[in-house]
Amino acid sequence: MSTDDGSAASAAHEEGVVDGEFVDPGIPSEHRPRRADKDPKAARKAEIQAAAMFGISVVGTVIAIWAYSTGKVGGNDPGAVQRTTMLMGVGIALAMFGIGTGAIHWAKTLMRDHDMVEERHQLRSSDEARAGAIQMLKDGAKDSGVGVGRRGLLKGSLITALLIAPLSVLVPAVGNLGGDWKVSQFKHTMWRKGMRLTKDPDGTPIKAADVTIGSVFHVIPDGLNDLKTGKLEEKAKAIVLLIRMDPRVLNVQPGREDWSFDGIIAYSKVCTHVGCPVALYEQQTHHLLCPCHQSTFDVANGAKVIFGPAKRPLPQLPIMVDSEGYIVAKDDFNEPIGPSFWGRLK
Amino acid sequence: MTTPSSGSVSTGSVSTGTVSSVPSTSRLTRAAGDTANFVDERTSIGAFTKFMARKLFPDHWSFMLGEIALYSFIVLLLSGVILTAFFVPSMDQVTYDGGLAQLHGAEMSKAFESTIHMSFDVPGGLLMRQIHHWAALIFTASIVTHMARIFFTGAFRKPREINWLVGFTLMIMSLAAGFTGYSLPDDVLSGNGLRIIDGVILSIPIIGQYISYGLFGAQFPGDVLIPRMFTAHILLIPGIILALVALHLFLVFMQKHTQHPGGGRTDKNVVGLPLFPVYTAKAGGFFFVVFGAIALLGAAFQINPVWNYGPYDPSPVSAGTQPDWYMLFIDGGLRIMPGLFEVVIGGYTLSLNVLIPAVVLPGLFFGFLALYPWIEKWATGDRGEKHVLDRPRNAPVRTGLGVAIITFYVVLVLEGSNDIVANVFHLSINDLTIMFRILVFALPVAAFMITKRIAMGLQRKDRELVLHGEETGRIVRFESGEYIEVHEPISEQERWVLVSYANLKPQEIGPEANEHGVRRKGARWRRFKAALSRFYFEDRVEPVTPAEVAEAHAHHAAEIEAKKNAEPYDAASSHV
Repeated sequence: MSTDDGSAASAAHEEGVVDGEFVDPGIPSEHRPRRADKDPKAARKAEIQAAAMFGISVVGTVIAIWAYSTGKVGGNDPGAVQRTTMLMGVGIALAMFGIGTGAIHWAKTLMRDHDMVEERHQLRSSDEARAGAIQMLKDGAKDSGVGVGRRGLLKGSLITALLIAPLSVLVPAVGNLGGDWKVSQFKHTMWRKGMRLTKDPDGTPIKAADVTIGSVFHVIPDGLNDLKTGKLEEKAKAIVLLIRMDPRVLNVQPGREDWSFDGIIAYSKVCTHVGCPVALYEQQTHHLLCPCHQSTFDVANGAKVIFGPAKRPLPQLPIMVDSEGYIVAKDDFNEPIGPSFWGRLK
Repeated sequence: MTTPSSGSVSTGSVSTGTVSSVPSTSRLTRAAGDTANFVDERTSIGAFTKFMARKLFPDHWSFMLGEIALYSFIVLLLSGVILTAFFVPSMDQVTYDGGLAQLHGAEMSKAFESTIHMSFDVPGGLLMRQIHHWAALIFTASIVTHMARIFFTGAFRKPREINWLVGFTLMIMSLAAGFTGYSLPDDVLSGNGLRIIDGVILSIPIIGQYISYGLFGAQFPGDVLIPRMFTAHILLIPGIILALVALHLFLVFMQKHTQHPGGGRTDKNVVGLPLFPVYTAKAGGFFFVVFGAIALLGAAFQINPVWNYGPYDPSPVSAGTQPDWYMLFIDGGLRIMPGLFEVVIGGYTLSLNVLIPAVVLPGLFFGFLALYPWIEKWATGDRGEKHVLDRPRNAPVRTGLGVAIITFYVVLVLEGSNDIVANVFHLSINDLTIMFRILVFALPVAAFMITKRIAMGLQRKDRELVLHGEETGRIVRFESGEYIEVHEPISEQERWVLVSYANLKPQEIGPEANEHGVRRKGARWRRFKAALSRFYFEDRVEPVTPAEVAEAHAHHAAEIEAKKNAEPYDAASSHV
């Protein structure tokens, strides 16, 4: 019996082989009929099912409009907004699903599903068409005088003009994009000598005595909130973190002995990586973490980078205490704050 | 009742009296006919309809991925038009006095205020916002999966290289559309995203600070960016997408759809079902299904609740926030890069720690994808039109490269969510990042090798099937006492799928010099192509030939014959 299997198999395999190569057996001739193809009852049932799905769509539309016209909105009741959103959305979804599933059901059960064959034609144009096209271009070129090798001046000057003409539009357009183009503003902030450090966002000044060890203040310059224009631009550069730590833990950096006051130290809050606010302070380790890309700065050691994609320490804002006991800046930062850019040291 | 005569020759014989007595369906038919005639006499739409209506499309689930992209784009257009009726693209600052108590007195831009207004005071406004956002995520996701389908089945090969580039540009445009739209509400999350983009732009050598200043119209954040992005988001980018979609589909119709291998499916035909009525119903119906699914997502799943984040302010930021999924890999690149790559040359700062992951790397990544059809063409040297798709296993190196690219991408996406991963699995975020720094190089290489091996293993399995047939589960006992399982030969149709792939071999490189001993031009380029070709095709599993099948059967028959006459049953030696 098993030998029979083997010989039958090799006989079968000889079919579909020509000149020692397998050949394409062609499109399978048998077509498996669907129930609706054989049974008129099944066809009728499929028809009713598809129609019912279209009916559901109408119901969905009614639900959506009903939800719209009865739904309450207004910020005082977020629950009502949520209900309206839900009901309208479900209504729209049913309206769409009904049409979609109905149409697909119709196609899958009732439409003729015999595979058909279409020949492809090579996309390449025929040789005659190509020759004709080339001839036309040649004729045209000849008519213009370019094809016969003359008119070099005409060609050259036209191409030059075409290349240069866009500048007449582009230069003013691009030139206007940047307004006053004062890129030097990247290098300075609004901090000045004697300017008080105030709390973000309300702008109340901070007394040194109020800053307890381990506390952190999010700081903006005094007067920022009074700016009529450019408030956000100035804020984006001037935000500072004010931290007090045990003076014994704080390693004051050489040359910055008088930039801090009794363990109170201020750093730019703008990350030197790509500029996110470095807002997370870990009191125990005195690390500052940028939540965007996890650059980690050591506050006790000049805010040097100890992990992550930033390279430079956070710039330090020199501070002192004025005669009334408020913390004030001694000067602007001594380097550009925020992300690195090509000319930041120039 | 009188029906106005169309004046055409064909209706001349029909009297008015006859027309009034026929049922209304026939009047409808005539009206349709008249309209068709009117349009055709002015546009030759008849010839176009003849060309289009019965165009054949092969059926396969993976061909629907591009459809999802198209349909979610239509949903984006529809919902987007509704949103523009309420959105105010302005960065002017106002103090909120609307209905939402938690934001009372907060300073915000008009853009943010109008977003809150349309969410809470316009019935269905929040639904439209959520539908729009979900549709955007599905749009980008379906484009990427569609692109992966094209890649793995080799549908980018001649004549579809141009359409691959069109699709590639559409993918880039979808990212641009997504990012500009994401940033419009001017909330604190998207604002920090823009701050990051500004930091990336600043890292560009020489002109970075000018690009930044030009883009924002001043220093960051300025007051022109949102109006500018609005124009890009609702006019420029969708306009480009629409034009490219038209070109994309035109080329699909022009070149006819690819088809999976099978009996009767060749590079010279297309086997399938006609556009009208089957695909009109199936694809048209599928549009409504996609719309319905997006509507359901918008109804039931909150997305981008900007009122919880608050309006943009340069100072606050929250931990564990993520950009939309399609930007995660760039964010992951920014996170994974150690800072030490920032250098100062002659007083100028070159911020390679930002430039490499956010500019160079995406440039190489996307450049490789865009050029891939040509890279593979250099290796195959093939010039013919390819309309029958590859089974991914039959292109092991391509499949391996694709999986390696996806792996690389996924590592960066995971690194882009490293804070969340660390939180969920209670890991150190630093250790995680260090691990990803290694994995981003190691995993893609491993993925390539493993995938290539799996693909070749599957090819060998296919060979087994062709040579020895399918296991039937039928056990037969010989007179000698030995048991074997009967294998049934597979059908001719099944066999054709398994043997009909191209047996591509490394290209031969011609002699370095011609007969006069003069070196041929372009020798280095040819050596590169030969090396590339070896990389692709040196390891290969060749398709079964009829001779091999015949040999296998002869071998089987001999074996069976031998066993029949074998020695009496011996438990130790006949164990299979």
